[in-house]
Amino acid sequence: MTDVLLEMRGITKRFPGVIALQDVSLEVRHGEIHAICGENGAGKSTLMKVLSGVYPSGSYDGEIRFDGRPVHFAGIRDSESAGIGIIHQELALVPYLSVAENIFLGNERRGRNGLIDWNRTNADAAQLLAEVGLDENVVTPVIQLGVGKQQLVEIAKALSKDVRLLILDEPTAALNDVDSAHLLDLLRRLRDRGITCIMISHKLSEITAIADSTTVIRDGRTVETLDMGSAESTQERIIWGMVGRDLESFYPERDSAPGPEVLRIEDWTVWHPVQPRKVVDGAGLTVRAGEVVGIAGLMGAGRTELAMSLFGRSYGRNISGRLFMHGKQIRARTVAEAIGNGIAYATEDRKHYGLNLIADVRTNVSAAALGKLARAGWVNGHEEIKVAEASRRDMNIKTRTVLDTVGTLSGGNQQKVVLSKWLFTDPDVLILDEPTRGIDVGAKYEIYTIINRLVAQGKAVVVISSELPELLGTCDRIYTLSAGRITGELPVGEATQEDLMALMTTDKEDNA
Amino acid sequence: MRNLRQSGIYIAFVAIVALFAVLTDGVLLSPGNLTNIVLQYSYILVLAIGMVILIIAGHIDLSVGSIVALTGAVSAVLVIQNGQPWAVGALAAVAVGVAVGAWHGFWVAYVGMPAFIVTLAGMLLFRGLTLQVLDNVSLSPFPPEYQKVASGFLNGLIGGQGYDAFTLLIAALAVGGYAVGVFRTRLARIRYEQPVESFPLFVARVLLVAAVVMYFAWQLAHARGLPIVLIILAVLVIAYGLVTKDTVFGRQVYAIGGNLSAAMLSGVKVRKVNFWIFVNMGFLAGVAGVIYSSRSNGAQPGAGNMFELDAIAAAFIGGAAVAGGVGTVVGAMVGGLIMAVMSNGMQLLGVEQSTQSVIKGLVLLLAVAFDIYNKRRAGATR
Repeated sequence: MTDVLLEMRGITKRFPGVIALQDVSLEVRHGEIHAICGENGAGKSTLMKVLSGVYPSGSYDGEIRFDGRPVHFAGIRDSESAGIGIIHQELALVPYLSVAENIFLGNERRGRNGLIDWNRTNADAAQLLAEVGLDENVVTPVIQLGVGKQQLVEIAKALSKDVRLLILDEPTAALNDVDSAHLLDLLRRLRDRGITCIMISHKLSEITAIADSTTVIRDGRTVETLDMGSAESTQERIIWGMVGRDLESFYPERDSAPGPEVLRIEDWTVWHPVQPRKVVDGAGLTVRAGEVVGIAGLMGAGRTELAMSLFGRSYGRNISGRLFMHGKQIRARTVAEAIGNGIAYATEDRKHYGLNLIADVRTNVSAAALGKLARAGWVNGHEEIKVAEASRRDMNIKTRTVLDTVGTLSGGNQQKVVLSKWLFTDPDVLILDEPTRGIDVGAKYEIYTIINRLVAQGKAVVVISSELPELLGTCDRIYTLSAGRITGELPVGEATQEDLMALMTTDKEDNA
Repeated sequence: MRNLRQSGIYIAFVAIVALFAVLTDGVLLSPGNLTNIVLQYSYILVLAIGMVILIIAGHIDLSVGSIVALTGAVSAVLVIQNGQPWAVGALAAVAVGVAVGAWHGFWVAYVGMPAFIVTLAGMLLFRGLTLQVLDNVSLSPFPPEYQKVASGFLNGLIGGQGYDAFTLLIAALAVGGYAVGVFRTRLARIRYEQPVESFPLFVARVLLVAAVVMYFAWQLAHARGLPIVLIILAVLVIAYGLVTKDTVFGRQVYAIGGNLSAAMLSGVKVRKVNFWIFVNMGFLAGVAGVIYSSRSNGAQPGAGNMFELDAIAAAFIGGAAVAGGVGTVVGAMVGGLIMAVMSNGMQLLGVEQSTQSVIKGLVLLLAVAFDIYNKRRAGATR
């Protein structure tokens, strides 16, 4: 069991302006479960895309050896035929096709006449389902299955291609505890049958329970590979590897002087829009004037869902709980009501949810508070341009005129347009979801400066971020969120990345 | 980029007018023919106003031809069969149009169905209702007052020697109003310290517009005077041009079409806006129904067939984007006029109906291809 199945050596992958992976190495032995850990954006998914041929050979530097031979995959088909199967976090099943059709999609069981042999398709599918322990009829459309069962169908699909190395990207992120346990059992059984697994996961308890070895990646580099058989390889040890770096000093200084409470929520619970599970579970938090409050949580912890459900119920269903502004309970059932109550939410995905990319800067800046520029429904276009010009100056938006199309601006400048739009609504509390995602270091500094200016004016700011250093550098207080629950609240002076990571990876059981 | 696309339409329009003016030895621009073009295509232009607003918001309406037929039929039954006054017929037609629009708006906005399906169903539904209302027969003729809506002229009111002075007066007032309007905008821009074009250029632009309008009015004045439909059309174009450009509601239509999710998260009441733009389409289809029934002097079961396609073509040729978020009322009018001038010009030249159809199809195809080509180029520079 010591021979090496997969060896990746010196992998470097560059994107325009960013080095996503730098000299990463990974060694996976035959028949082991190998976990890959790292913060969001550390490069885990990129590494798996290099391995599976999503980024074809030649678009990266370094060497991949599979089963002792160097391989050069030009696409997913190549890696699949070599015996590498990848299951992405977002499942790639066709919802209205049956389980059997999905399993053999692109790999159809055909008879002599060239038509699909349905008997063989369904019989083979049934056998594969038995292997993964899924008791479902193979002609059921997959849309009728829960996420956990869909996950199993994906695995059956990979097995149908005689997979030897199975890669799972956050397989349990969307699963409840029972389904997760079932999936982990299945992975153990597959291992016993000689199928090697690479599992990307944020859930450290899972990793310590199931993995044979763990490779930690940080900032696009391999930190270390731990043998999980050794007693030293604890969760704390992995956390230390994931965050072990100094807080970079590019956060502008700010005097903190929190005032009275602005926003408070109590017992806030949100259900997934279609699946029968809670995405936010009994959350409570307060934000005061002149204070920056951080929300830390891993992907799938419910950060964005919490924020959007507060913001006029833009996400989820069966939302319950109490929402207070300035100590008075309010209702914000629509976005317009939320804005009217002084809440603003700047999305993490500005291209899809934040901006009208084909419109100009002026229209985007005024979009959320056009009524302020109108009398009896008629917009004062001159006043509108004046407002946009003022934002351009204050925010230092680099554009020729405010009539330029927003889609042509850089990410940092687009983000400043988003901020301008929300500031023009004159909010009391501004929720910023990943405010510096995808923008360069200089623009990040400017965004932090803007945040500081806002709290100096007495506004309350909530920052949601995957980057712990960013939270520690900008916030006064940080809440941690794990699986929809608030698992901790730390003043920034007492918080370390290790503490936060431990709270963020707390499971429900530990919390109960 | 956007400027080039917009002015591209105007350049194409001028080129097409010039081409057919030469090919027809000037007949195209003769007083009688210009009047004809206005009368013949007015209802398509009215439909195109409502259509371009729907297209900007990312919808479509395939049923407007059937609504034109139904509203005309209702009016004909009331006026011709039951002897009601002409105004009752016209108002009832518009009311039926509004009701149909509300029906579509309900299914699209509140049930969340794609407009394509809802209005495809409406196309069948309201065509069938038209047949039932008319009992499968054509009704005609309308009394003379009703006919005046589409074929009446305001002329001779203040006399004139061989021409109609009233037409020229109205045109002069319109030009004057336009000049004052743009001048006030210019002053406001200067007050708000925004860039303005140089004064000579500004004057040249106003003079050019004035010259074109006055030439057009001069020609009309030498034919039959000022068509009533032209007044209706002008009022609608100006009103809707301003509403789409300068009101909160109009801006929200663009926001919805440009990025639906972003519009929702900016507090736009998307369902309400979607509902009302369908009601508006129904209203305009009712107006078009009155004009069309008046022009054809009766109601036929097959009236308005394929009008939706002309209206949609006008919007797209006029620069509306297939994906929504882009388009203007004025652009759609120019798009509609391009189609009108081409049809009229080819008719004058005696081009066969089949060939006309082929050419119009190609123009629509190329106009949208040009739009997509432009977008791709704009995307590449990002």
